[in-house]
Amino acid sequence: MSAAGGLRYDSLVIGGGHNGLVCAAYLARSGRRVLVLEAASQVGGAAVTREFAPGFRVSACAHLLHLMPPSIVRELSLDRQGLELAATDLPTTALDPEGEHLSLSLATDAVRALRSRCAADAAAYEEWQSLVARIAAALHPVLNITPPRLGTEDWRDRMALLGVGWRLRRLGRRDLRELLRIGGMCVHDLLEDRFRLPLLKGALALDAVLGTNYGPRSPGTVLSLLYRAAAAHGGGSFVQPAGGLGSLSEALARAAVAAGAEVRTGSIVERILVSDDRAAGVRLASGETISAATVISSADPKTTFLRLLGCEHLDAGFVRRVTQLRSRGLTAKLHLALARLPEFPGLDAAALGGRLLIAPSADYIERAYNYAKYDEFSSAPVLEVTLPTLADAALAPEGRHVLSAIVQYAPYTLAGGWSAQRQRFTELLIDTLARYSPDLRECVTASELLAPPDIEREFRISGGHWHHAELALDQFFMLRPVPGATQYRAPLAGLFLCGAGCHPGGGVMGLAGRNAAQALIREAA
Amino acid sequence: MLTESQPHFRQPLLRTPFHERARSLSQLDSFIPWSGYTSVDVFTSVEQEYFAIRNASSLYDLTPMVKYRISGTDALRFLNRLTTRDLSKLAPGRVAYTVWCNDEGQLIDDGTVFCLAAGDYRLCTAEWQLDWLRASAIGFDVEIREVTDEIAALAVQGPTSCKLLKSIGLAGIERLKPFEHATLAMPRTSAAPIALQVSRTGFTGDLGYELWMSPTDAEPVWDALMEVGSTRGVRAIGSRALNMARIEAGFLLPRVDFVSAAHTLLPGTERSPLELGLGWLVDFGKGHFTGRRALLAEKARGPRRQLVGLDVAGQKPAHAALLYTSRSGTRQAGSVTSAIWSPTCKRNIALAIVDAVHATTGATLWADIYLNRELVWERRMVPARVVERPFYAPARRRATPPADF
Repeated sequence: MSAAGGLRYDSLVIGGGHNGLVCAAYLARSGRRVLVLEAASQVGGAAVTREFAPGFRVSACAHLLHLMPPSIVRELSLDRQGLELAATDLPTTALDPEGEHLSLSLATDAVRALRSRCAADAAAYEEWQSLVARIAAALHPVLNITPPRLGTEDWRDRMALLGVGWRLRRLGRRDLRELLRIGGMCVHDLLEDRFRLPLLKGALALDAVLGTNYGPRSPGTVLSLLYRAAAAHGGGSFVQPAGGLGSLSEALARAAVAAGAEVRTGSIVERILVSDDRAAGVRLASGETISAATVISSADPKTTFLRLLGCEHLDAGFVRRVTQLRSRGLTAKLHLALARLPEFPGLDAAALGGRLLIAPSADYIERAYNYAKYDEFSSAPVLEVTLPTLADAALAPEGRHVLSAIVQYAPYTLAGGWSAQRQRFTELLIDTLARYSPDLRECVTASELLAPPDIEREFRISGGHWHHAELALDQFFMLRPVPGATQYRAPLAGLFLCGAGCHPGGGVMGLAGRNAAQALIREAA
Repeated sequence: MLTESQPHFRQPLLRTPFHERARSLSQLDSFIPWSGYTSVDVFTSVEQEYFAIRNASSLYDLTPMVKYRISGTDALRFLNRLTTRDLSKLAPGRVAYTVWCNDEGQLIDDGTVFCLAAGDYRLCTAEWQLDWLRASAIGFDVEIREVTDEIAALAVQGPTSCKLLKSIGLAGIERLKPFEHATLAMPRTSAAPIALQVSRTGFTGDLGYELWMSPTDAEPVWDALMEVGSTRGVRAIGSRALNMARIEAGFLLPRVDFVSAAHTLLPGTERSPLELGLGWLVDFGKGHFTGRRALLAEKARGPRRQLVGLDVAGQKPAHAALLYTSRSGTRQAGSVTSAIWSPTCKRNIALAIVDAVHATTGATLWADIYLNRELVWERRMVPARVVERPFYAPARRRATPPADF
């Protein structure tokens, strides 16, 4: 199929992150001529593996694959494009300062261990996980659709709304009532209702606030927990791609190219070009202009609208909504190069290779969050830790190891500034880890801390938020990213969005990219 | 980037620099609030004040008109994105009437833009707009400052207004064309001359000017006008008389003929410029402006309603009357927003919003008028013909030079 109107490309995709690549692959599969423009020298955006110390490589942001639906892996044949998994079904362990670590698995021996510590919690945990599974099954399909608009005559909007209603109705009276009861709650109250062990509550609370700007007592955190569960439904185990998350991006790029798309790295888009009130192409920082019938941006909404497109092409009310989008990150990433494998007393080898949570109680998280509200960091931070070299030794020189940790909470506008505080915070994080691994400090040979401003700079995400925009009720589903751009369509004809700022959000899911491609294909049909 | 004026909440209602003069002339003490100021509703009698507008000259204090100074590199780009008209043609010394809309293409307000110099403008509006202006300024290098209380404003309107201004020494006033403004000197015998910015603009549909000055110059200017005007039938007028004149001229009043889309709560009560007969102000060819895409869509499907002028039978003004398609009053066609008996046209006129299908000139609708006849209420269904606006448009309003009396 030749491009429309004599143009070389039908569609330009701005940004070669996982969503941009997924979108490009699906568009190319539909017969379109697609060009992906990535600013960095390698594809992947924030889903990238990069060297942080000589010989030590790590996934720069997300370090585990958890939410990408198997259907995308299958449809794009990612296994044939070189995606290999170094580890699957990674266990999650809540670390206890006294060494009484707790596995969060539902496997028999783990449940038995939990029962021996607190029989009530073991029963409650199984019951809770089964409720979450039922709700996740009901909500999961919602992630795959273009969010409907309210108050239109469009049959597609009505069908989508009916579909959402029908799925919720199918939950049955008891589950629906419980969903409505807990849906707007804070996770702290929910956990107080159901559980006793502080360690268990801390671990569950962490999953509700990881990557967000919230603490366990913030309203809407049950929603984020359920949403994460819904996204994980159907796949859901924690997976570590061989070579880090960057291999996933490379496989996606190969899938896009195999489908006929072109991918250009080192191509910084400076401006979306507008002609006759339509997106007509882009201008690169090099001065080169490329024309196309449609432009799809996987950049965050603020970058797309305020910087690349320009306010003069948008209505003032829309621009105000984009400006007010909450998009500041509160999550940092710590990378440590280790001379040898540190000891974590009380952890077996399997647990050590999985997710290790440092959040001994929900209150511990809330206290850490308190500081963040005032642009400070807590001396007792919250971490999700992995040691990726255990499953994938190639990430570090022979015998060496890498520790990768997601850190809550790291304010974007840190009091005193990041350049002055970076070393102090890094030391504090190592001290925190050393409480669980006494010899860790002596193993550290190099470290890197990516605070939200670093993430903003390196990955060109305005505000440095992993999800591009906070996943909260008012920036959710039919309201994501902002009214007026909720269906992957910008107010300007020919311009689409496909990034994490769109429904269903970020987290290396790829669904925003696929949904956007489908919306565009549908519109053209 | 943006600064706000002094906080209005400190004084519930401010007094304009003309207030003391107005108060001494007011026989009814009839003041009403207007944009945070006290404003005269009626001085003595509405009819006398009205006839000063049409037969001599009138002074109307429009200081409460909200004024913004808009300047900066992007001032023109900002205004062209804000309003529906193409202001790139607006040269220094010119004034343009324009409107602005929200994203949905619904009218927020109308007003006049004065081009003071390249990249330097003044926007005069009926209602406060700072919130919307700030939203519209995102992404533009522009400074927006409310200057309402820094500028005293006085409308001098009526067939003898040019002569009156000449009489206080404004040399060359007769050369000022409609929608032009210039700074003229008002000489004084015992003090330095006063620099008056004069624009040939107004809200009466008659020959007239608006004077913009420093608040300290307000009383000397008022006194000079009243002194030469005392033998020429010049009167200070209140809002009620002005309202009669503006209905005759077919001008719209916010909160009366339309409610700003910034204030409407009920769906369907906002109005688009196309519905209000202001389509001539909408320039689709100038590039993007807020509401353009919505207005294009509305234009394609046709506006749902239309503002029309009505010639109502009988002499009783059709205040707030519902309009029907037939005398039986079964199917509503719209409703009247403004109505008066026009003393100059000798017609019973009204402005009304009607469903678009009834908006053809010459169509007959029926107005349901309620009359209070010595406390006995009566209801009359009278024919109302859709007519062209304005109802009154004397040639003198545009004549340059104006007649020299």
